[in-house]
Amino acid sequence: MSQDDGTLREPRSDAGATDFTARVFASGRGGDDGGRERPVVPRAEFRSYYGRPVLKPPVWNWKIAAYLFTGGLSAGAALLAAGADLTGRPVLRRWSRTGSSAALMASMYLLVADLGRPERFHHMLRVAKPSSPMSVGTWILVAYGPGNVLAAAADVLPARVRATLPGRLLRLAARPAGLASAALAPAVASYTAVLLSQTAVPAWHDAHRHLPLLFTGSAAASGGGLGMLVAPVAEAAPARRLAAAGAAAEILTARAIDRRPTLEAGAYTTGRAHRLRRASEYLTLGGAVAAVTLARRSRPVAAAAGLALLAGSALQRFGVFEAGVASTRDPAYVVVPQRERLERRKAAQDGHPGPARPDGT
Amino acid sequence: MTNEHSLHGPLEDPAADAGHVGHPPRVGFFTDTSVCIGCKACEVACKTWNDVPEDGLDLLGMSYDNTGMLGASSWRHVAFVEQERPLGRQDPGLAALPTGPSVTGVQQDVVAEGMRHAERGGAQLGTGPVDVGFPSFELPGASTGAEGRTDFRWLMSSDVCKHCTHAGCLDVCPTGALFRTEFSTVVVQQDICNGCGYCVSGCPYGVIDRRPDDGRAWKCTLCYDRLRGGLEPACAKACPTDSIQFGPLDELRERADRRLEQLHGAGVAEARLYGRDPEDGVGGDGAFFLLLDEPEVYGLPPDPVVPTRDLPRMWKYAGVAASALLAAAAAVFVGGGKR
Repeated sequence: MSQDDGTLREPRSDAGATDFTARVFASGRGGDDGGRERPVVPRAEFRSYYGRPVLKPPVWNWKIAAYLFTGGLSAGAALLAAGADLTGRPVLRRWSRTGSSAALMASMYLLVADLGRPERFHHMLRVAKPSSPMSVGTWILVAYGPGNVLAAAADVLPARVRATLPGRLLRLAARPAGLASAALAPAVASYTAVLLSQTAVPAWHDAHRHLPLLFTGSAAASGGGLGMLVAPVAEAAPARRLAAAGAAAEILTARAIDRRPTLEAGAYTTGRAHRLRRASEYLTLGGAVAAVTLARRSRPVAAAAGLALLAGSALQRFGVFEAGVASTRDPAYVVVPQRERLERRKAAQDGHPGPARPDGT
Repeated sequence: MTNEHSLHGPLEDPAADAGHVGHPPRVGFFTDTSVCIGCKACEVACKTWNDVPEDGLDLLGMSYDNTGMLGASSWRHVAFVEQERPLGRQDPGLAALPTGPSVTGVQQDVVAEGMRHAERGGAQLGTGPVDVGFPSFELPGASTGAEGRTDFRWLMSSDVCKHCTHAGCLDVCPTGALFRTEFSTVVVQQDICNGCGYCVSGCPYGVIDRRPDDGRAWKCTLCYDRLRGGLEPACAKACPTDSIQFGPLDELRERADRRLEQLHGAGVAEARLYGRDPEDGVGGDGAFFLLLDEPEVYGLPPDPVVPTRDLPRMWKYAGVAASALLAAAAAVFVGGGKR
């Protein structure tokens, strides 16, 4: 703006200022009432439309976070049940199958109840759409569900029905049905990670490399935890090993998500998401340590460890869900990374090496 | 899926990629915000023609914008920005006037605080009301003396669904309710939508939302019914300054380039096109803009990318994780006997 055009003007008091509405908003401000946690990334300065969010927060509520847990649990337990079936562990098989089916039923309820129009849930079945992880997931569940329920039904048949012809046929079909469902279980456990990552939600999209392993690890930990809870110590060795391996994967991947040098990692390390995930870490770690030590001998310890693993898995899912919601509420998570990306691109075009993105993308 | 750029990158003809044959040319909006006067005729025309319900009668206490943002029941939103800088070499002519910012710092703090505690961080604006607390009874500028007088400019921009070449909402819709029309626009079929809400999180612009009372997702249809009847969309029809221009996209892009050149020649160096570039993260917008400041100042993301771009990579990571789970589940049953 030139002042040399001869017009008499009062001096601008705000020389160099951009505008007063685009006041600087600090990141991590919304929803961060933790106080103790320090954001990993330095507070970023950015402009916005009166500090309003750019994105819509997910309209999904706690039911979807709960489904992430029940879906994973169902998958983990289905794998355990198939293994127990093949290696002759009847109690572990029976209750893993039942638990897996119960978790699947809960999942179905949660998914349908979260729809804006639950009575139209079957509209999901009118297309198969590879570009939509929700459509892919629908068909994975359609393939996974019947075998899972059939196997569980065979194990809980009343003795009276067991002897009849349909009862005998059902028990004959239980093993192939259970194996078919177990074959699809890893897909059930991992597709939800893609479901969350393929959104514009900054925290979820940014973690797309880590979420699948976090979710399958969490599924294994919860499935193993269920096995430890329901089966006698003598039969539960595979459950303990699966729980320990899953817990290790879950904890290490969760840590890797927190340690990413991106701004979006701040959504995981601050506020409610952080508190949920830290509680999850304690529970999962405790459950895993017990699984490889005391739970080998003591049934009560095994049950407690199983419960801790289940709770840890659930809290991890709620924490991840919460991080995504928090990242849409604060425009910093949208504006700052995109602005940096633009500036890097511009610098590259001008031939100057721009500031490198810490994670190398 | 007929093209290597079906998921991202430049795509010449989205309608053909979606399977339309012998379709009309791609149409869209060019919104030239340099001539927008903030009259909101577009908001009214849209509501009237499309029978869009009330979205909350609010006073937001931040500027003359009381709509807030696009939402399920606001398909056009006129952003209103006040800044302490003149437009180009313009003389705001304020030397003798007792003017000042129409929003005070106190008001902004009250509103920002209200937003922080609002249920969805204020993002339900455009769909429902938000109680931010009445900010102030002060008259705009009343408390500012001569020393507070400032050069200022008003930025107004009518925001709308961008009808992206690669639409995040369309890609993730699991029911096929969202579809690509023969005009290459993106429309929700309300008799199909079951309100799963995936599109709300799939949109990198935060446009589409679900109506809480109705349960379905709603957004701008680019007046699909009017297009089929050979009419231009209601907002473009109502715009008194031709800030909203409707037409075949190729033509609009040429027109926008000419207008940008003209403005740069006139000394408005800050003018820029937003959503014009077919090489950008969403393959170019069907509704693009000429802006006078950075996009984030208008509440637009500076560099949006369709989430689908990373889809193959995401499934690859999921495949690795799923295989690891299967391997782990098999391994725990091998060895160790029955214990």
